[in-house]
Amino acid sequence: MYRISVSPHIHSKDNIATIMWTVVIALIPALLASIYFFGPRAFWLEMASVITAVVTEAISQKLLGRKITIYDGSAVITGLLVAFNMPPNVPFYVPIVATFFAIGIVKQLFGGLGYNIFNPALAGRVFVMFAWLPAMTTWNQPLDPKWLANFSLFKFNIDTVTTATPLAIVKAKGTSELISQFGTKINLYKDLFIGKCGGCIGETSALAILIGALFLFARRIISWHIPLSYIGTVFILTFISGQDPIFHLLAGGLFLGAFFMATDYVTTPVTKKGMIIFGIGCGLITVLLRLKGGPPEGVSFSILFMNALSPLIDRLVKQKVFGVKK
Amino acid sequence: MWYLGLKIRTFRAGGVKPKEHKEITADKEIVNFHIPQKVIIPLLQHTGKPAKPVVKKGDIVSEAQLIGEKDGKISANVHSSIPGRVVDIGNYPVLNNLKTPCIVIKLEGEFKIGAPPKDDWERLDRKEILKRIEDAGIVGMGGAAFPTDVKYSPPPDKKVDTLIINGVECEPYLTTDYRLMLEKTDEILEGIKIAKKILNVEKVFIGIELNKKKAIKKFKESIPVKENIFVVPLKVKYPQGAEKQLIKAILDREVPSGGLPFDVGVIVSNVATIYAIREAVLYKKPLIERVITVTGKIVKNPGNYKIRIGTPISDIIQEVGVTENIGKIIIGGPMMGISVSTADIPVTKGTSGILFLSEKEAKKVNYSNFKACIHCAKCVFVCPMGLNPSMLSILGEMEKWDDMTKFNILDCIECGSCSFVCPAQRPIVQFIKTGKVFLKFRKER
Repeated sequence: MYRISVSPHIHSKDNIATIMWTVVIALIPALLASIYFFGPRAFWLEMASVITAVVTEAISQKLLGRKITIYDGSAVITGLLVAFNMPPNVPFYVPIVATFFAIGIVKQLFGGLGYNIFNPALAGRVFVMFAWLPAMTTWNQPLDPKWLANFSLFKFNIDTVTTATPLAIVKAKGTSELISQFGTKINLYKDLFIGKCGGCIGETSALAILIGALFLFARRIISWHIPLSYIGTVFILTFISGQDPIFHLLAGGLFLGAFFMATDYVTTPVTKKGMIIFGIGCGLITVLLRLKGGPPEGVSFSILFMNALSPLIDRLVKQKVFGVKK
Repeated sequence: MWYLGLKIRTFRAGGVKPKEHKEITADKEIVNFHIPQKVIIPLLQHTGKPAKPVVKKGDIVSEAQLIGEKDGKISANVHSSIPGRVVDIGNYPVLNNLKTPCIVIKLEGEFKIGAPPKDDWERLDRKEILKRIEDAGIVGMGGAAFPTDVKYSPPPDKKVDTLIINGVECEPYLTTDYRLMLEKTDEILEGIKIAKKILNVEKVFIGIELNKKKAIKKFKESIPVKENIFVVPLKVKYPQGAEKQLIKAILDREVPSGGLPFDVGVIVSNVATIYAIREAVLYKKPLIERVITVTGKIVKNPGNYKIRIGTPISDIIQEVGVTENIGKIIIGGPMMGISVSTADIPVTKGTSGILFLSEKEAKKVNYSNFKACIHCAKCVFVCPMGLNPSMLSILGEMEKWDDMTKFNILDCIECGSCSFVCPAQRPIVQFIKTGKVFLKFRKER
């Protein structure tokens, strides 16, 4: 007797694990940038999150009687992304609780990889945001790059002065104040682009995120539909509102959100049209929250809100079927 | 993009590029396979009703003698592929069906010597040509094995203006059409002229993918001027050989959902079918043998063999030899072919290739412990029909057959591109096939 199975009898090289680990690799530039700007503490925050993610995944899967899939890399991604969304001086228990919530509740209790409605990392972040609001909104200046001269990984604190994020400064005091803090407008753009500003450890460097994103595009892990429609919408809407669109692109968590979280497979639509609707929706809510909302940033909430709409989008938005007239 | 001054075409939506592996047999000339001691000839090798047996157990039959007569409009004649004695008429396992009526013939007696006389087909009228095709039991040799005489008699209200010759051979590993196009170029061109006369079409296009440049060149050089026959180079992309995609690529016409090519004025025929048509019309030769690619990394003597219909796979394994244990036997190509559990089954009119995979290769694709859909959308992006395979597989998993119709399940051509790319290794094609069966069953009740 020979093996039998349904066709096709060959398969492309990619499986869940190869894809997830590729995303982990794509996150490495942002990880290095976080260490460069916020020191070894950033690294330890990331390690704490990743270890919590993997351990929580293993324990929940064991308790729920599921197959343990910690080697597929998806928990590592969630861990990294939770840490990326933390301020540099946040107490260690905050990312640990956030990751536990992300993996244990949002991912595994909803059915595990593939079944969760919300992006686990973002849900975890929002959860601790409400739990420890002051800790989650206290920001530090990036380190002087000279710290690398006395490089030591075993330094757990960050000793720079606190600051506000660029978005918060603009919201509270206006654009002119921000520009004066950075010198010139060009300097502002430059610092925002390379990541030299207050913010969550993994989100500040647009450059590092772009390098990772380009790698994902090249490997065809993500498509342009969501990031481009998301970022494009933010650009157009902030421009129409008389704001500086380039600033709004580079500031805050837009790039990290658009390239790495709004592109999460599980919680976003599967059709090209649906993806574009999702991206536009994210952009719209982000701009609304940034310009009209209480807190200065709205990327996490906008993506979570659109996550909730994804199943509906997939049900309602159909693409052109071959041979069927529109 | 152009090749030899010809515009390169392709279909737009979806498609995948599996590794080709055609190099194993691409340079192997067509050779005759040995005459089998015993043939198992199924009475159903085509789409439609099985043929009715016209011989009895114990009868002596000659080569090419009619042994099964077509039954009803959509059916096809079946002939003996060797001279011999009918030793059994009964049910045998064939491809995807464990019980198909077959006629088993044991080699006995002699072959007729000498080539049959060649007819001047140009003096034959359309009806006579069609009759010869029908008598010879010609069916589409690309896959679906639809009776050719029926296909070439479209309903009178359908105006057919174009004939497309399918030389795409987009399935990995297979090289039969390629070898035929290289070695029998003139014969195929004559076959095309015959088909053109039957269908009375204005234009003929021969679609060939760019991984068969020699064949494109050969046709371009051989086509006589003023014949309105054009060779069309196509970008290498699976499933370009699927009828609907091929028509879209060459003519930019879209066969309507649930429709057939003649709804957009087209008939599509595989090159092997065209070759068989010529033999049937010129020599009254029935379809009793065909070229089959026998291939796989574990095959000692892979090649393109002309094999008698009814030859058991076990005979073929013995002749070509394998270097290690066979894990999987696939009839057809790896994307749409059917895997069989036993080597006792015979080759039929629709068998274009036999692929042997090693245990290791076979184990690589394992649908038994598939994972949850992670909504990566890869399947949606590669679906050449514009469907949402992700949703169909989820609905199929939940056995929500009715909901599957809302997602156009019946438009699926089962090309397998979705399962090929699925990182969760979901048996998407399986869910869809099962859904179709359930829906059909429900409709019939």
